[in-house]
Amino acid sequence: MLDTVLFYSFALLTLVGAILTVSLRNAVHCAIALITSLAGVAGLFLLQKAEFLFAVQIVLYIGGITVLFLFVIMLVNLDQTAKQARYQRHWLVPLLAVIGTGGLFVGFLTRGRDTLALPAPGVAEAGGNIERLSDLLFHEYLVPFEVASLLLLVAIVGSVVMAKKRAD
Amino acid sequence: MLHPITTTHYLVLSAALLLIGTLGVLLRRNAVVIMMSIELILNAVNINLIAFSEHLKTLNGQVFAIFVITVAVAEAAVGLGILIALFRNKETVLIDEIDILKW
Repeated sequence: MLDTVLFYSFALLTLVGAILTVSLRNAVHCAIALITSLAGVAGLFLLQKAEFLFAVQIVLYIGGITVLFLFVIMLVNLDQTAKQARYQRHWLVPLLAVIGTGGLFVGFLTRGRDTLALPAPGVAEAGGNIERLSDLLFHEYLVPFEVASLLLLVAIVGSVVMAKKRAD
Repeated sequence: MLHPITTTHYLVLSAALLLIGTLGVLLRRNAVVIMMSIELILNAVNINLIAFSEHLKTLNGQVFAIFVITVAVAEAAVGLGILIALFRNKETVLIDEIDILKW
């Protein structure tokens, strides 16, 4: 019962935040709506017993990426942008395409519901989430972990180079 | 309430979030809001990965989601740097005013 209530409230938070993100006029309002959507996603992670990812989502996404977005919005000074048109001139075809894709999802999922079985649920292992996650990350997934750190280094250097003023 | 919450509920939610993010990428003029919609798409993928990770009682999905978040952070940083450089040159972030390459 509590599970159901929590799922629907987090899902509502996520979807309403997402719809507001793509439809509000002011970019700062869109960023705030994105924060609420990401908070809803963090709650969904917690419901699925992904405790580490719940914390990482809040710290990195909400506390990092959206703050970065707000800084950039402040830097590009979007005041007169808020007064102009929100949507592109050719908005009908993309809207129809996305609605059509959604209809396709619903169509083939309801039609093929009997054949699309989820795989059998596995057996839960013992141990806390962070312990098991770090075991996996540092044993089986060590190479992707190191490559990810290399990627972050490249991203740091790249973003500094892109954003700094040229020494003319 | 209705039925108990299964993995399918999470997959449907993930698909809906993906479609809303795609709408944002395709419809908005403001480049910053387009980047926010890309983050929505990445979060939809993460919900999907976590839902399957819990269904199969394995942690591979969560590890994948950690890497997705890492790549999303790197991409947001570089993308916003590019946006700042673009704004410095063109004084706009509206994508249909950036038309130097049009014939």
